[in-house]
Amino acid sequence: MTETTTRQVTFDVRRYEPGTDAEPHWESHRIDVLPGMTVLDGLWKVKELSAPSLAWRSSCRMGICGSCGMLINGRPRLACNTQIAELKSDVVAVAPLPNFSIIKDLVPDLRPMFETHRELMPYLIRDDVEEQDDPTREYWQTPHELEHYLQFSYCIKCGCCMAACPTVATDPQYAGPMPLGQAQRYDADSRDGGFAQRREALSGGRGPWRCHFAGECSQVCPKGVDPAKAIQLMKGEMVADLLRLRKRRAPAPLVEPPKGPRREEIPAAPERTVTEA
Amino acid sequence: MRDRTLWTWHIGAGLVILVLLGLHMTIMHLSATLGFLGVADAEPTEWASVAARAGSLFFTLTYVLLLGAALYHGFYGFRNILMELDPGRTLRRVIDVGLSVVGLALFAFGTWAALAAPGAATMGG
Amino acid sequence: MQTRARPNRLGIRGWVVGGRWGFERYLYTLHRLSGLGLLAYFVMHIFVTSTRAIGPESWDQAMSAVSGPLFAVGEYLVFAAFAFHAVNGIRLGAIELGFAVGRPIEPVYPYETSVGRQRRLARAVLMIAFVVAVWGGLDFFAWK
Repeated sequence: MTETTTRQVTFDVRRYEPGTDAEPHWESHRIDVLPGMTVLDGLWKVKELSAPSLAWRSSCRMGICGSCGMLINGRPRLACNTQIAELKSDVVAVAPLPNFSIIKDLVPDLRPMFETHRELMPYLIRDDVEEQDDPTREYWQTPHELEHYLQFSYCIKCGCCMAACPTVATDPQYAGPMPLGQAQRYDADSRDGGFAQRREALSGGRGPWRCHFAGECSQVCPKGVDPAKAIQLMKGEMVADLLRLRKRRAPAPLVEPPKGPRREEIPAAPERTVTEA
Repeated sequence: MRDRTLWTWHIGAGLVILVLLGLHMTIMHLSATLGFLGVADAEPTEWASVAARAGSLFFTLTYVLLLGAALYHGFYGFRNILMELDPGRTLRRVIDVGLSVVGLALFAFGTWAALAAPGAATMGG
Repeated sequence: MQTRARPNRLGIRGWVVGGRWGFERYLYTLHRLSGLGLLAYFVMHIFVTSTRAIGPESWDQAMSAVSGPLFAVGEYLVFAAFAFHAVNGIRLGAIELGFAVGRPIEPVYPYETSVGRQRRLARAVLMIAFVVAVWGGLDFFAWK
């Protein structure tokens, strides 16, 4: 806080221009850094002063959108969530997230991850389709039941865990920490009834059995989601299911409609703005 | 869900190995420790000791159990490593069939060696 | 997308040179290496000890073929690898069945992870494996 002077920092940026470059290469830029600047701020400065064609993905600047995952000084992190000062180095090396293909410069191709994510059905699976399409009430859930999955629901799908995972480093069949963590997020939800369906979707080499708890995904997760924990809990549940020790439960029912007369000070719900297509 | 079943057996086999191989290592290599415990024994690799163990039903049975558990655990682990190297479709099949055949052959051979030893408990002599 | 994206997978480098943090990553590597070593030894061991099925002469012949200081050290390495693989295996079993990772918690910065939660267990693994390996070393080589 007391430091007010600028200092010079070298930004080593890994560049790759599709169609032109055969291989990615490193490029050095020296910039002035003010206290409080993030790596993302530094990249903007590099782009403004010396590398106008430098490409990366970013949006919210506050660790919510999950766009700016990058390999910063060897560790996958969010550029907007990483202070240059916290790196304690005069060199900031920025490369695209490994284990994803590079689209350009620092832009990884996250599509395979999202495809797997979708295939593992990250949504409530229930029989009452009409209620889900056109909800009338809430599903019943206690605060305690919420805790079973709340931590995993903080995932912002930035892909840092996938870049850190040693299995993903060699095995494209393995689903990886993000999709598996999100599958567990719904398996652990008391409103969900899709355990058996997801179990089938997880068969083969993509399932949690390729995780050997190297623990990197949880170490690098910028949101404290702890995918490694989700995956181990998933394995425990699936083995319990195999041994017929898993408690079966029906998906949580709808809450009872309120009884008694409506209190006058509560305004009526607004008119529907969306009608059936 | 074959992978789930294979993995669960892998863990189960690991437990069996933990007990039996721990026992095996102690008997074979930690003679001084056994001496401290008052279970002083002859040199375990002398023929007399080998023949004595071969004549014991307990040792014969646990040898075969340990052989099977260790082969399964080891070959499943090896298969894991190979599969994570992302082999092609055909190669995956070759690995699966190859490791199963080699593992079963080693099991058959090892079981024969355990049962056929002169004076073995199962030979009725 | 007109141009095909360029592959950027770490490959085996990603297994071995994590180069990053957690020492669990190195336990993972060591578990694989010790497992492969034990498997290789075990297959040889089956062949060497199967000589007992033929009779005392072939057994004694096989035993004299694998005697000497070099084999003694090799056997000790197998013992040490077993000590590590077994103790670390207990840790992994407890973790991978969901017992030692804790329950889901509210992520409040600074984040507490399952990796941090089992770290004491991981340290204990190294300590116990070390003690067993040293004990075995004394029994192998010193307490004759």
